[in-house]
Amino acid sequence: MSRAAQDQGASSLSRADAEALARRVLGMSIATEARVSVNSGARGNTRFAENQISTAGDNTNTSVVVRSVVGKKVGQAATNRLDDAGLKAVVEMSERLARLSPDDSELVPELEPQQYQEGKGWSESTARLDPALRATAVTSITGPARAAGLVSTGYLETRATASAVANSKGLFAYDRDTDVVLTTTVRTADGAGSGWAGGASNAFSSLDPAALGARAVDKAKKSVGAAAIEPGRYTVLLEPTAVGNLLQLMTGAMNARGADEGRSFFSKPGGGNKLGDKVVDERVTIVSDPFDPETYGTPFTGEGLPTRPVTWIENGVVRNLNYDRYWAARQGKEPTGSAGGIKMSGGNETIESLIAACERGVLVTRFWYIRGVDPRSILYTGLTRDGTFLIEKGKIVRPVKNFRFNESPVVMLNNILGMGKPVRVSASESGNAGAPVVVPPLLVRDFNFTSLSDAV
Amino acid sequence: MSTSRREFLKRTSAAAAAGMVLAATGEAAHAERAAGLLGPASQGESAFSELLLRAIDAAKSAGADYADARVSLNRTQTINTRERRVGGLSDNETLGIGVRVLVQGSWGFAATSALTGDGVVRVARQAVLQARANRTPGRKPVTLAPAPGNQRGTWRSEAKIDPFTIPVEEKVALLLAANEAAMKNPQARFVNSSMFFLKEEKSYANTEGALVTQTIFRTQPSMTVTAVASGDFQSRQSNDIAPMGRGYEHVTEARLVDNAPRWAEEAVAKLGAKPVEAGRYDLILHPSHLWLTIHESVAHPTELDRAMGYEANYAGTSFVFPPDKVLGSLKFGSPLMNIRGDRSQPGSLAACGWDDDGVQPESFDIVKNGIFVDYQTTREQALWLEWYYKKNGKPTRSHGCSYAQSWADVQFQRMPNVSLLPGERDLVWEDLISATDRGIAIVGDGSFSIDQQRYNAQFGGQLYYEIRGGKIVGMLKDVAYQMRTPEFWGALDMLGGARSYFLGGAFGDAKGQPAQSNAVTHGCVPTRHRQINVINTGRSA
Repeated sequence: MSRAAQDQGASSLSRADAEALARRVLGMSIATEARVSVNSGARGNTRFAENQISTAGDNTNTSVVVRSVVGKKVGQAATNRLDDAGLKAVVEMSERLARLSPDDSELVPELEPQQYQEGKGWSESTARLDPALRATAVTSITGPARAAGLVSTGYLETRATASAVANSKGLFAYDRDTDVVLTTTVRTADGAGSGWAGGASNAFSSLDPAALGARAVDKAKKSVGAAAIEPGRYTVLLEPTAVGNLLQLMTGAMNARGADEGRSFFSKPGGGNKLGDKVVDERVTIVSDPFDPETYGTPFTGEGLPTRPVTWIENGVVRNLNYDRYWAARQGKEPTGSAGGIKMSGGNETIESLIAACERGVLVTRFWYIRGVDPRSILYTGLTRDGTFLIEKGKIVRPVKNFRFNESPVVMLNNILGMGKPVRVSASESGNAGAPVVVPPLLVRDFNFTSLSDAV
Repeated sequence: MSTSRREFLKRTSAAAAAGMVLAATGEAAHAERAAGLLGPASQGESAFSELLLRAIDAAKSAGADYADARVSLNRTQTINTRERRVGGLSDNETLGIGVRVLVQGSWGFAATSALTGDGVVRVARQAVLQARANRTPGRKPVTLAPAPGNQRGTWRSEAKIDPFTIPVEEKVALLLAANEAAMKNPQARFVNSSMFFLKEEKSYANTEGALVTQTIFRTQPSMTVTAVASGDFQSRQSNDIAPMGRGYEHVTEARLVDNAPRWAEEAVAKLGAKPVEAGRYDLILHPSHLWLTIHESVAHPTELDRAMGYEANYAGTSFVFPPDKVLGSLKFGSPLMNIRGDRSQPGSLAACGWDDDGVQPESFDIVKNGIFVDYQTTREQALWLEWYYKKNGKPTRSHGCSYAQSWADVQFQRMPNVSLLPGERDLVWEDLISATDRGIAIVGDGSFSIDQQRYNAQFGGQLYYEIRGGKIVGMLKDVAYQMRTPEFWGALDMLGGARSYFLGGAFGDAKGQPAQSNAVTHGCVPTRHRQINVINTGRSA
């Protein structure tokens, strides 16, 4: 890569530049085996508060991670100093760390060269989103909020990056992709009402900032004057974001080794794991597919293993747990090669028809501060936030105070009363671009709200 | 095109001298501290001074009214082991520059890893262009409070031994020996241990003449022991050893090999503990647990940007609002409660000589005898409270709470160390237990969750002990308490004295969008809180 290319910070390296950089690093290695990861690109963000842009940031970076195997010993080092001295230093550091460490009893050899499908996650509409275009998108939310006498706050983030993996056996993999996420919280000036809306995609062109802002404005207005109702077990209408908040906790717990070792919900009492067991409602199917336009992911893992579609749950039955290469070899399985995103099956209902079908329940916009309580049952706690409403006789009748829940996604998926159409959501609490999550709205019975919160 | 270093130094030593006058008149303690820390005027320079100056000059030339630039070389090392195996050994470094500008009261920020003369000029201009794009219609312009005190010099964490000078071999051997010690207990089936080290060399300059260089160390050794029985597993995390702003001496003093058998024993004991009966109990909270409750329920709601709605979309707002209704009058807790913010406690994670606004931090009261008296602030925010400081005859100045996690991120308000001051009576943990008839004592932090305005919280721990008649009578499990912040602190009726003060803390305190990680210490003593709601979290899914 030329100095000019680096200086322009033009961000994501081309396939040729990434390969040249990786080969240059591998050429400096004297290890038994070596692997190099090159990540490059640009990130941009614009924040707003009090109906105006508060801060923004643009940065460019290229980092190199070197993993060296010396005999059976492993070390790893990373740098973003790309001159010869910096690269030499990072190679030597990884080799030194390897020599100093004991033999790795779980060492897996580097992969031979692999075939990959082309990644499809790059969108020009996201890559070209500069500060001025971000400001325009933000203004389409702050303008109407200000006009309505409300206060909007929010965040727009873009990422346009290239990732590459190469190893000393000649493997090389390259992909570039984009991500964008836009979230907003609109509040009344006196803090008595709060509404949230958000969306995520790889393509900015598929987001509608004005519509998203209008949704948050509507919820902010309707949430004013929330009154308390008793905590307890309620039928809940979980909007897709709330479902996404909880569902990813269950897929995150589907590690095969933890299950086989007896320290997971997916462990079977008395030994073994729950592969093949029905654990949730038969309407539930959960897949990861890096080539599905709604859940684009990288076509390879950090080790250079090709990723592929994985069915985690099929009609309520556990079909796959996540096996890394070591544990797969030990258990006589194929390594999973998941790209991370998740998509859940849904139904034909809409949020409106699910409300109409509900005799008495609580509509939840999103959850917050979700933290593990007990890994044995995937029990989590957290709170509702930014749009919590009481449903009676098929209609939203009034806003209610927020609740704390203590509940497991496993229970949620066993108590399904109705399902809507799956949509892509911004499922991370922080509004950062995360792995794609596509989920339906769910009507769920007996959801466990354990206490009230005065927070608006 | 760039100002020469000589011109810069001339310009800035005048500004620094002006700063010292302010410090001497308004803040005697600060001037003293500054005098102890700072050397001759040429200090504060680093290998990157020239690039910093070029960047802020380029920003000025491009139209910035104010600019600052930050170069950081951040090196971290992580060692993970599991039973008899090293799971990961990695050493990461990242180097770059971030330039922040104000153009007509609008912020801009851009950052790059291209640390060349042309690279820093380009990124400075990019920040100015972005600031222009950010000038949305009808906006209120940003203004900055004065930065008192000396803004030139060098500062270094209190670290006796630079962890990066200790061979990795020695570190690995220590962790594996600790794992062996834990595994002597046959029911301790899984043992994870790790060390994490950070060394950040950070240089900062701004167009008001600040030029400072700081070296920051952070160190955390930790272990988790998991015991498994049929149908149950329980873990004990070593969070009685806190992460600290110290060097390798913190690892040595943590005595992992000596402590490992106890952690293993406690994990096993949890398997046989009695499930708690839900209800109201007097809680006695060990400092290794309480620091996190302070972090969530006191430190976060007293962040001024949060109270003013700037963090509403993620971290949330605050019940400590609006400022004119709560400052000097909100009853936060019992009169025994005194909370102070600082960046000066030796070995604390938030300690520094200057914050990322170039401000020398000061110690300040947040809660005084149970009454809320001040927020955490930056230069941008201090002016929002000018009316309050004037009314109380205090200078309007930042408390020094500006921080960015790396060169690639823009600085904003982050909490300093926020600590509960010891009580006047010389009480310790055992005194609180013997004074309690029916209660639960909680050691170590565990599960935690709190709402976005910091009212309703739920906390678990590592170890729970049942107290009857002033004595520990057995171990409990599946305990969590739910609380409403002002009631919880209002129910504080006993606390330890200076002898029982402990520094807890964490890396990874998240706030902001993109979420940035802050490292912070919370000093505290054991406390007793009357009649708090306890739930049982154990059930089968």
